[in-house]
Amino acid sequence: MIRALSAEWAKARTLPGIGWLLLGAIAVTVTVSAGASAALSCTSSAACHPDITQLSLTGTDLGQAVVVIVAVLAVTGEYATGMIRMTLAAEPRRLIMLTAKAVVVTTMTAAAGTLAAGGSLLAGRLILPAQGYSPARGYPDLSLADATALRATAGTVLYLALIALLSLGIATAVRDAAAAIGAVLGLLYLFPVLGLAVSSPGWHRHLQQIAPMTAGLEIQASAGLKTLPISPWAGLGVLAAWAATAVLAGGLALRFRDA
Amino acid sequence: MTTATVTPRRPATERAGFGHLLYAEWTKFVTVRGWVIAMVISALLTAGIGIWATSGYHGLPCGKILPGGQQVAAACPAPPLGPGGEMVTDSFYFVGQPLPGDGTVTARVTSLAGSATPGLAGGTSALQPWAKAGIIIKASLRPGSAYAAMMVTGRHGARMQDDYTRDIAGLPGGVSGASPRWLRLVRSGDTLTGYDSADGARWAMVGTVRLPGLPAAVQAGIFVASPDWVTDEDGGSTQASGVFDHVTVAGTQPGHPWAGRDVGADAADNPLAGGYRQAGGVFTVRGSGDIAPAVRNSAGSGRAADEGIIGAFAGLIVVLVVATMFISGEYRRGLIRTTLAATPRRGQVLAAKAIVAAAVTFTAGLAGSAAAVLLGQRMLRGSGYYIFPVGELTQVRVIAGTAALLAVSAVLALALGVIWRHGAGPVTATIALIVVPFFFTGPMAILRGTAADWLLRVTPAAAFAVQQVLPAYPQVSNAYIPQYGYYPLPPLGGLAVLCGWAAAALGLAAFLLRRRDA
Repeated sequence: MIRALSAEWAKARTLPGIGWLLLGAIAVTVTVSAGASAALSCTSSAACHPDITQLSLTGTDLGQAVVVIVAVLAVTGEYATGMIRMTLAAEPRRLIMLTAKAVVVTTMTAAAGTLAAGGSLLAGRLILPAQGYSPARGYPDLSLADATALRATAGTVLYLALIALLSLGIATAVRDAAAAIGAVLGLLYLFPVLGLAVSSPGWHRHLQQIAPMTAGLEIQASAGLKTLPISPWAGLGVLAAWAATAVLAGGLALRFRDA
Repeated sequence: MTTATVTPRRPATERAGFGHLLYAEWTKFVTVRGWVIAMVISALLTAGIGIWATSGYHGLPCGKILPGGQQVAAACPAPPLGPGGEMVTDSFYFVGQPLPGDGTVTARVTSLAGSATPGLAGGTSALQPWAKAGIIIKASLRPGSAYAAMMVTGRHGARMQDDYTRDIAGLPGGVSGASPRWLRLVRSGDTLTGYDSADGARWAMVGTVRLPGLPAAVQAGIFVASPDWVTDEDGGSTQASGVFDHVTVAGTQPGHPWAGRDVGADAADNPLAGGYRQAGGVFTVRGSGDIAPAVRNSAGSGRAADEGIIGAFAGLIVVLVVATMFISGEYRRGLIRTTLAATPRRGQVLAAKAIVAAAVTFTAGLAGSAAAVLLGQRMLRGSGYYIFPVGELTQVRVIAGTAALLAVSAVLALALGVIWRHGAGPVTATIALIVVPFFFTGPMAILRGTAADWLLRVTPAAAFAVQQVLPAYPQVSNAYIPQYGYYPLPPLGGLAVLCGWAAAALGLAAFLLRRRDA
């Protein structure tokens, strides 16, 4: 297992694209978060965002797309170049190989996610008071010492790690970068867009409960917790279930299929 | 074995060249079974999700739940139709008298203010920007009948409006005791002319309108209306009160009594029932509602006929993946070298690929969106929601426009695929550019107002404007957002933005394809 891990780590470390993509994920997340914090000033009570923790982590919505690319390319890159045959010749226990890959990709994503979420929160802390979200108005400064903000930030790291696992599983099953990314991003972004058109409020709520993105991102909620369609940790659990299913499907495909 | 060399007749092959090229690319596409299946899936997703989204409601939106928990089905009452055939809101408080023929209505408005609505949860007593107090000449008191009116509004000065959709600006500024507004409407046959004045001496004409088929005997008088307040996700009724004096109707029999009436109000126990008080020559009128075209919003139970088209988002993602693979597959397998060896005119290869991708996705998109719109409409009719009327040409535009949206998006993905020579970038970029902007402009989103509008003007997502069927009216306050089917650009303008992106990407792709090694 250690050998498999170090092999996967060596591959990930020496590929030129991965590092840049992870930096890109951090940059996109922090930039969009900071932009969102700067865009929504709190001039009147109607315009104020009720949940500044969530607001300051908005960049996750877009940053996760880069995480998806990283995780998908970690798998499909090998299929595109034929490297996969070499990998499996060196490590014939395919599920061990997949596990090692998952550990490496998830760890890298979690490291980048920590910087992305921390940076976003920090940007929010610096920007938001100037936008009118002051303690005097009932918006205390964002801080990791606050249990809810800590849950939201750490939860964002877990969210991104689970997105990486979901992508890895689907990519292993599909083996093509374009198809895998289309499938993952469709799964993530289609549910919320379709939710806009569904006529029934009940269905709308169900959609938010089962969709990997809307359910998973409830981990960022820090206000109005009673009215959420699904509680924060349960929502992250829904995403974990999606990720587990995807990895299982990928593992089965890898185990029983020619490479 | 022959030693004769064969010299190809170049001119002949060049003439037949592009047709062959198209045929070659077409063959490449249809012989990959996965892509053909994917295009069928794209059409099925567009249609299926559209039908599912429009059929999501089983309890009938305007039904009642009895104390025992039993549901009683009921269809939502449809708004009345205006003279132009469009759905309208026509409810206001009216104080007037019959006008048997030609005549003139004059009144001075000295105050227009929002009034509290204690019977309503979440009500507001703020004066609405389009609250109205003024004079009106109307064919009858039946909601939806023809009218012309001169009015002062909450924030938009004096206006002349007629037949629900037309709106002409008069004197700017609000109204108060210190700066009252005089209003006058002159009726001559089916022609009505509106005037306003700040002092009752110097009058300025605001506009002249014709109301075809206006009967000889009409209703004339003063009115007050106050439309719903709306935000992106919420809304509610309001009430306003206006104060009038110097009210005269010339052309009616002198001394005819005034009669007040809530026009278009549904229930007897309406907490917003209007009313009026007359003391000497001063009328104080309370009213709520609006005289305006109906718009789709969070409060109403109306739906646009084409809402099934939402499924196109799902079909689009499949199309983007297939279009990307159509080129990234060539790079991945090295087939691109064979392709370019067979046809060294690289620009033409790109053109042929783009035409095949566009034609295939247009066909799939046409089938999918036609099914989504036509079947979705049937589902909506059965759901109890009322449907805003939509012309057949508009429907054709929505269906063909959505198919074009898919086709041009496919060309954009293809061009990005040539630029990237890889599948991951183009799929992510096109999804991020076309689908994700909607996620940032939805009702839960952080971007509101102008920022959201700009996102839907400059990104390729602007093309979804081609699906707008309901006009947005500046004289009606509403959340004009994509969720309710309103886009910041006109339909073809939005499609043109996407075409611009595709053309720019295609140009760069052609340049790089020629310059670079394959």
